[in-house]
Amino acid sequence: MANEYVVPRVPTVDRVAADERAAKFATRSIKTTAKAAGLKLVVSMIDLTTLEGQDTPGKVRMLCRKARRPINHDDCPTVGAVCVYPPMVPVAVEELKGTDINIAAVATYFPSGQATLEERVDEVRRTVELGADEIDMVISRGAFLAGEYGRIFDEVAAVKEACGKAHLKVILETGELKTYDNIRLASQIAIDAGADFIKTSTGKVAVNATMPITLVMLETIRDHFMKTGKMVGMKPAGGIRTAKQALRYLAMVKETLGDAWLSPDWFRFGASSLLNDVLMQIEKQRTGRYHSDRYLSIS
Amino acid sequence: MAKKAKRERLDIYKTFKLYIGGRFPRTESGRYLTETTHKGAFVANICRASRKDFRDAVVAARKAQSGWAGRTPFNRSQIFYRMGEMLESRRDGFERALQERAGYSEKKAVAEVDAAIDRLVWYGGWADKFIQVFGNTNPVASPHFNFTMPEPTGVVASLAPRSAPLLGLVTSMAPLIVSGNAVVCFVDHDHRSIAIDFAEVLHCSDLPGGVVNILTGHRDEVLGHVSGHRDVDGIAVFDAEGDERRSIGLEAADTVKRVHFYDTPDKADWSDSAAQSPYWILPFVEFKTAWHPM
Repeated sequence: MANEYVVPRVPTVDRVAADERAAKFATRSIKTTAKAAGLKLVVSMIDLTTLEGQDTPGKVRMLCRKARRPINHDDCPTVGAVCVYPPMVPVAVEELKGTDINIAAVATYFPSGQATLEERVDEVRRTVELGADEIDMVISRGAFLAGEYGRIFDEVAAVKEACGKAHLKVILETGELKTYDNIRLASQIAIDAGADFIKTSTGKVAVNATMPITLVMLETIRDHFMKTGKMVGMKPAGGIRTAKQALRYLAMVKETLGDAWLSPDWFRFGASSLLNDVLMQIEKQRTGRYHSDRYLSIS
Repeated sequence: MAKKAKRERLDIYKTFKLYIGGRFPRTESGRYLTETTHKGAFVANICRASRKDFRDAVVAARKAQSGWAGRTPFNRSQIFYRMGEMLESRRDGFERALQERAGYSEKKAVAEVDAAIDRLVWYGGWADKFIQVFGNTNPVASPHFNFTMPEPTGVVASLAPRSAPLLGLVTSMAPLIVSGNAVVCFVDHDHRSIAIDFAEVLHCSDLPGGVVNILTGHRDEVLGHVSGHRDVDGIAVFDAEGDERRSIGLEAADTVKRVHFYDTPDKADWSDSAAQSPYWILPFVEFKTAWHPM
């Protein structure tokens, strides 16, 4: 099978232009009502995440309660999803019963992805059975860098099949792919193989989501949509910690893909500390006074 | 004085900026105030800090505070002494500035710089002593060793004195930071540039960036944001009366901030011994009592 795989032809990426274009989104001035609306949209797009070795059921429960009611008044939406390791899925299922918050789980031997395909697919199947609505998989970066593109395609396709009704987000771990050309190619392969979302990073390596990397991936999504009419979602993850950064990402999505993608169905932030910063800004907008994270629950 | 030779070069003037987080940024607002000497001659355009500059300064202060409080008292003491050294080495500039800009006589300028240096060294001496003096062991009717000790309040906003451009600032700032607080000083008087000159002294005194932040501008413009900012733990207020005190108190009460109004000494004589006391450290410390089983 792998030998028959035809590597998709993707345009080369002009690194300088991508960096410059991405830097431009930092110059948009988003104020008053637009800012207030943007901040709430950001909250609704957050995949509130805890992926630590020290995660306990108690911590996941706390996270889920924060997801349901981020702040102590009603003028704030719930988050998009809660993202946890597979063993924590049953805890999240119990806590999020009766809400429309999705449960995302990282599977396929996250974060390294170093296991056989059978083991990885099996983990996905079991995680979906536990009740995960979304699966965040990692690709085998080693295989990609060795040029085994067909293997990546087969892997994603197999995991997609194992997902069944669950949505599949494919983590490219862009920090390890190094070049924008690699990122563009990996994005295209993941999309071709059936990814519902493409995602930048695990958050476990030195370089996580950056604006230019996200831009390259958004452009891949755009070009794919132009060609096939099929929408694919995007999830930058890792390193997005402030409301200001998040609003810049929204500006980038709007100007690259359009309003249709400005929805939690098509765009998510993988983050843990971002939520509190956004809540602080929401409170600033609401009360007119600067807020402190000491008034907010942790995580 | 010898006749000045014809100058062949352009003078380079200093740009007075704000002091936030150990850096000298311009105000984000892009606004400025024109400072003149007591005779009306142009001195410089000074940053007119906005509420966002204040916000940035609070972020910097919050970041710096725990590290500063975590230093040993003796180390804080050394840094105070270093501030004194740095001010001494630049005293000519300050004496000249006080005379040329603020209209001081030479004698008065020298006295103010002397007092400022001495005050820094004096408070430096208190760094490892005020805990001993104000802390206590308490006799209790149970088998516990019970003791009380002062700890810093946290991030304190200081609405600095409106007189004595150098000594007023030192007098208001030193007792706040000696205990481990971080401070944002808001300076609003006619000779704000001297406060920024002083920031340069702080900057080369081994004082960690963010422990002292200095903003220049109009106090009434930012007052609501200072007293309402939820990440500020205390407000030290100089030269405020009536309505101003009332509005600060009301806003601050909303977030249970510690507020202390200082009475301005007579004729603003900050060199008076009443303006220097270990009791000046007390308004912005919290007393913690621990019960240790014996």
